[in-house]
Amino acid sequence: MVKSISGFTAAAAAVIHKDIVSEFRTRYAFNALIMFSLVTLTVVSIAIGRFNLTADLSAAFLWVMVFFSAVSGLSQSFVKEEETRTIISLQLYAEPLTIFAGKLIFNCILMLFLESIFIPLYFILLPVNCGNLILFLLVIVLGTIGLVGTTTIIAAIVAKSSMKGALFAVLSFPILLPLLVAAIGATETSFSGGSFGAASNDLKLLISYPVIMIVASTFLFEYIWNE
Amino acid sequence: MQVKIVADNIGKSFNGHCIFKDLSFVVEYQEGLIISGANGSGKSTLIKILCGLLSPTKGRIEYHIDNEKVIKEQRRSFIGLVSPEIQLYDELTALENIQFFSKLMGLYYTTSGAKNLLQEFGLRGRGYDRLHSFSSGMKQRFKYIIGLLKEPPILFLDEPLSNLDKQGQLIVDKVCHRQLEQGILVIATNDDRDLKYGEKHIRLHGGSSRGDT
Repeated sequence: MVKSISGFTAAAAAVIHKDIVSEFRTRYAFNALIMFSLVTLTVVSIAIGRFNLTADLSAAFLWVMVFFSAVSGLSQSFVKEEETRTIISLQLYAEPLTIFAGKLIFNCILMLFLESIFIPLYFILLPVNCGNLILFLLVIVLGTIGLVGTTTIIAAIVAKSSMKGALFAVLSFPILLPLLVAAIGATETSFSGGSFGAASNDLKLLISYPVIMIVASTFLFEYIWNE
Repeated sequence: MQVKIVADNIGKSFNGHCIFKDLSFVVEYQEGLIISGANGSGKSTLIKILCGLLSPTKGRIEYHIDNEKVIKEQRRSFIGLVSPEIQLYDELTALENIQFFSKLMGLYYTTSGAKNLLQEFGLRGRGYDRLHSFSSGMKQRFKYIIGLLKEPPILFLDEPLSNLDKQGQLIVDKVCHRQLEQGILVIATNDDRDLKYGEKHIRLHGGSSRGDT
């Protein structure tokens, strides 16, 4: 039961603000995300050396790194609340949907911030050319929203289990596979200079996937949260 | 606001192990309920069930406001809880915590109002300190501030005097008397000093006991 739009928005904004301040002071998720992405980027860059990468391989490397970074950091949104036991205060005083909306938007901000550091480094360290930058940026934003929309609800599911990390990765991978395939396909098109029309099938999936996941999550979240 | 809690035949088991069963009671407006029992007898579990944080294995809990039944999703609007299980955000300052929970509850936040609350609970001048620098007694006082933010008609206290010094105990005494005038007070305790706050008393014996009421 949501009080009002303004009450809902103010409460969700409070969750985002709290998570940003908390993350800035503790760097609970950000350190895991940035370290994982930088380490994998460095290892891949050394392994490749001076070889030229094809567009499909470059796109696959990029999304493998983004996926594993997300898996290593995004589960923290709910795991931290569970481990510090602040989750009880949230369950007691907050409407469940405000928590989900707040965590979803915070995770989006966190991933886009990470990518703003990681992607320029990717182009510096790897021999990759981007033929259609606007398409590439659109794919990154849509792919990130899909990734975050899915991992946020999975994080809420695994937060109460004893094997959070392993379960999070195991559950995330099969659910995210269609999104990753489309994101890699559209990124490959952007690297090889293809048009929006050439990537239209992948773009349709990248747009519809997060919509389906987020709508389904809003229905599921209250049950997950209260159990 | 006339409030009433009805517990009908409630029981709780974890993994087949019965904590308590067949508990039925009614707590009316301006009444206090004391729940006592040995460690592990299920006092905190019963408090969590009454708050809606846990579901009973058997039976049902109802809240009535002005003789109208409140649906489960709306119960959180009417309750406050102070408990060792409640943890607040150590990395945030006291004022940031108050602001966050005020907004979650849909309350209007002002810094001056928050500072007045801190003063009332003996935490004057600590508003800009992060909670991790608070002693356990100060944290317990701070939990009262959050639990009472929306002046809830139903207040649950689990071990209300734990970690508190004499001054803190006096503050809690005032809180309990005020709550008994304004609504319902439910206390889980083993401290005899808390018995004066309730005319109704449930003693839990652990295992598969029914408890005495």
